[in-house]
Amino acid sequence: MTTFLGMPATAPRGVGNLRGEQTFPEAAHEALANSQMRRNLRHATTTIRGKSGKVIAELPDWQALRDAGSAIKADVMSRLPDLLLELEQKVTDAGGVVHWAADANEANAIVTRLVRETGSDRVIKVKSMATQEIGLNEALEEAGIAPVETDLAELIVQLGHDKPSHILVPAIHRNRSEIREIFLREMPGVDPALTDDPPVLAAAARKYLRETFLSTKVAVSGANFAVAETGTLAVVESEGNGRMCLTLPDTLITVMGIEKVVPTWQDLEVFLQLLPRASTGERMNPYTTMWTGVTPGDGPQNFHLILLDNGRSAVLADEVGRSALHCIRCSACLNVCPVYERAGGHSYGSVYPGPIGAVLSPQLTGIEDNASLPYASSLCGACFDACPVKIDIPSLLVHLRDKAPHPRSERAAMAAAAWLMDKPKMYASAQRAAKLARIAGRRGRGLPPPLSGWTAGRDLPEFPSQTFRDWWAAR
Amino acid sequence: MRIALFATCLADTLFPEAAKATVLLLERLGHEVVFPFEQTCCGQMHVNTGYQKEALPLIKRYVRTFEPYDVIVAPSGSCVGSIRHQHSMVAAKHGEAGLAARASAVGERTYELSELLIDVLKIEDVGAFYPHKVTYHPTCHSLRMTRVGDKPLRLLRQVRGLDLVELPAADQCCGFGGTFALKNAETSTAMLADKMTNIVSTGADVCSAGDASCLMHIGGGLSRLRTGVRTVHLAEILASTES
Ligand code: SF4
Repeated sequence: MTTFLGMPATAPRGVGNLRGEQTFPEAAHEALANSQMRRNLRHATTTIRGKSGKVIAELPDWQALRDAGSAIKADVMSRLPDLLLELEQKVTDAGGVVHWAADANEANAIVTRLVRETGSDRVIKVKSMATQEIGLNEALEEAGIAPVETDLAELIVQLGHDKPSHILVPAIHRNRSEIREIFLREMPGVDPALTDDPPVLAAAARKYLRETFLSTKVAVSGANFAVAETGTLAVVESEGNGRMCLTLPDTLITVMGIEKVVPTWQDLEVFLQLLPRASTGERMNPYTTMWTGVTPGDGPQNFHLILLDNGRSAVLADEVGRSALHCIRCSACLNVCPVYERAGGHSYGSVYPGPIGAVLSPQLTGIEDNASLPYASSLCGACFDACPVKIDIPSLLVHLRDKAPHPRSERAAMAAAAWLMDKPKMYASAQRAAKLARIAGRRGRGLPPPLSGWTAGRDLPEFPSQTFRDWWAAR
Repeated sequence: MRIALFATCLADTLFPEAAKATVLLLERLGHEVVFPFEQTCCGQMHVNTGYQKEALPLIKRYVRTFEPYDVIVAPSGSCVGSIRHQHSMVAAKHGEAGLAARASAVGERTYELSELLIDVLKIEDVGAFYPHKVTYHPTCHSLRMTRVGDKPLRLLRQVRGLDLVELPAADQCCGFGGTFALKNAETSTAMLADKMTNIVSTGADVCSAGDASCLMHIGGGLSRLRTGVRTVHLAEILASTES
C-alpha cells in the first residue's frame, strides 16, 4: 500500500499575478527603452540604499541579527504544519475564524463570500503582497465589490490602472508630475488646482481616504507576521493608513501566506529590528499594529484569517528552494540589484520582482511558467549581502537554472563543450581551430544569435597568436 | 614554493598574457610554477547556466588534476569562487559524497592570485613598475564569492610609478555574468554602459581587474566606444618591471 499523495500543487494558472505575458528579456527590452522610468528607479533605489546602509551601520550586532533571523526562519520551515495548527487554535480561542485556502481561487472565493455576508459592496485594503499575488482586487470587482487601496503608493497604482513595480514602493516607477496627472484624472472629488508638490499630493490622498475609512465597514489586510503562541497578527507600515483599516471597520479579513508564522513573541523582536532598517532605512517602522482575535467593544468585531498556500507547500518540498520562503518582503534585494535597477519591476511579470521574485515566482508557479526568471540575474551576489535574513539568492538561482527547461540547441552546445573540455588534447586542437575560424570571421561582426547579443554592444577580443598551453609547451 | 597553475579556460584560450604574467611573476619571486596539462575548465559556465550534470566530469577532472598539489593558483577570482563553493555542492547534489569531500579539500588549497601573494606568500610589494594611471574594478565574484577584499588594491598601491584612482560605484556589477551577457544582452549592455561611464570619469588610461571574463566584457565595450582606455589583468601589472 502506498500513502503517497503526489507533490503539492503549484499556484493555478488564469488567476492572480505571478505570471507575466512575456519572458524577462522581452519585457526588459520595453522597459530599457523607457528612460524616464529608469531615471525614476535609479533615483529611488539609490536614495533608499544610502539611507538603509547608514542605519544598518549603526548596529554593532547586525550580522548576529541576520544569523538569528535566518535561524528562526529555518526552524519555522522545519515545523510549519505544527506552527500553523497552533496558530489556528490560538486565533480561534481568541474569537477569530480561521480558513485554509489551497490556492488563489479558494482564497478569492472565501474573501468574496465573507464580504458578501456583511452586505457591504466596498472594502478598504491595507497594502498586501498576498492579495496582489492572488488577484483579489480583480476577483472582488468581478463580484461587484469595490476594493479601495489605502496605501498611498498602492492607491497611485490602482488609480493609474497600473501594476506595482516594487514590493515596498509599488509606484517607484512614477514621479510626482505623473502622480498629479493620475490624481486629477481618477480621484473622486479632487481639487482641480492640484500641484505636484508632494505635501499637496499627500493631502489630496488623505482627504479622499479619510472619507473612505469612515464610511466602509469591511477591511482586507495581509500580515507581516503571525505569532503562533498567542494567535497574534502583525502589520507594519509607515503611513498610518493600515492602522485605520485595522481598527475602524466592523469586519477585518486577513489573507496571509502560510510562511509568515513565527513561533513566539521573542522571535518578533529580531524581525522588527531587521525589517525597517533593511527595508526603508528607518530605525523603527512608524506603525506596528497587532491584534489577537476579537476584543469586545474595541476594534473589528469579526476577524477572519485566511491561511494561503498557493504553491508554498511545493516550495517547502524543495530542500534547497525552500529558503525563498524565509523572505520578509523588505525589498532590500531589489534596491541593490543592478538588473532590477535597469529592467524595472514590471519585467519580472509577477508581483514579486527583483532577485527574490526571480527565485520565488518560478517556484510558486512551477518553473515551466517562469523559466526565464532564474536567468534574470548576473549572479553578482549583491542581493545575498543585503538580505536581512541571509537568503543565498545566487545559489537559489543556480539551483533553479538546473531545474529549468533548456532550449534544445543550448543543451546540445553545452553538452558538446563539456565533452570536449573533458579531453585535453582535443580541447587544445579545438582552441587552435577556433582561432582560425575567427581570423576568417574578422572581429566577430555578424555572428548568429545568441552571440549576436554580445556583438550588438561589445567587441570581441582578438584571438592571441598562441594559447597559454602552447606557450608553456614551447618554453 | 611549488605552485600549480590553473590557467582557466578563458585565459588559456583568449587571454594567455594573464596566465603568462602569473607564471613570470611567481618565478621572479623565486617560486616554482607547474602547469598540469590535464586541466581544462572549472565548469563554472555549465553550473551557472543550469547544466550541473554536464559540469560533473569537469569538476572530477579539476579535482583529479590538482589533488597532488599543496598550493594551486588561478588568475581569476570567479573561477576560484566556483571551485571553492560550487564543486562540492554539485558533487553532493549528484550523490558523489566522496568527490564532494575531495573537492572541498582541493578547493581550500586553491587561491586567487592576490590571496596567494598576501595570505600564503606574505608579500605585498612584488617589486613591480607600471607607470600608468590605473583604476580597479573589483568584480562581483572576487568580492562577494571569493571575498578577496582589498588585497588587489594593497598590491597595486605598492607598484612603483602607478597612479591608482578610485572607481566610482566600484562594487556594482559590470553586467557580464557569463551567459547572462548573451541571454539578457540588453540589460547587460545597460549595466556595462554605466560601468564604462564611471571608468572614463576617472581619467585613467588603464582599467584593471582580477578576472579576465569581466575584462573581456568591459574591454569589448570600451573598444566599441573607442574610449582609448585599455583593460589589463592585475597579474600583468604585477609582473611588469622597469627593465
Ligand atoms: S529576499 Fe531578503 S532582501 Fe529580498 S525582500 Fe526578501 S528578505 Fe528582503
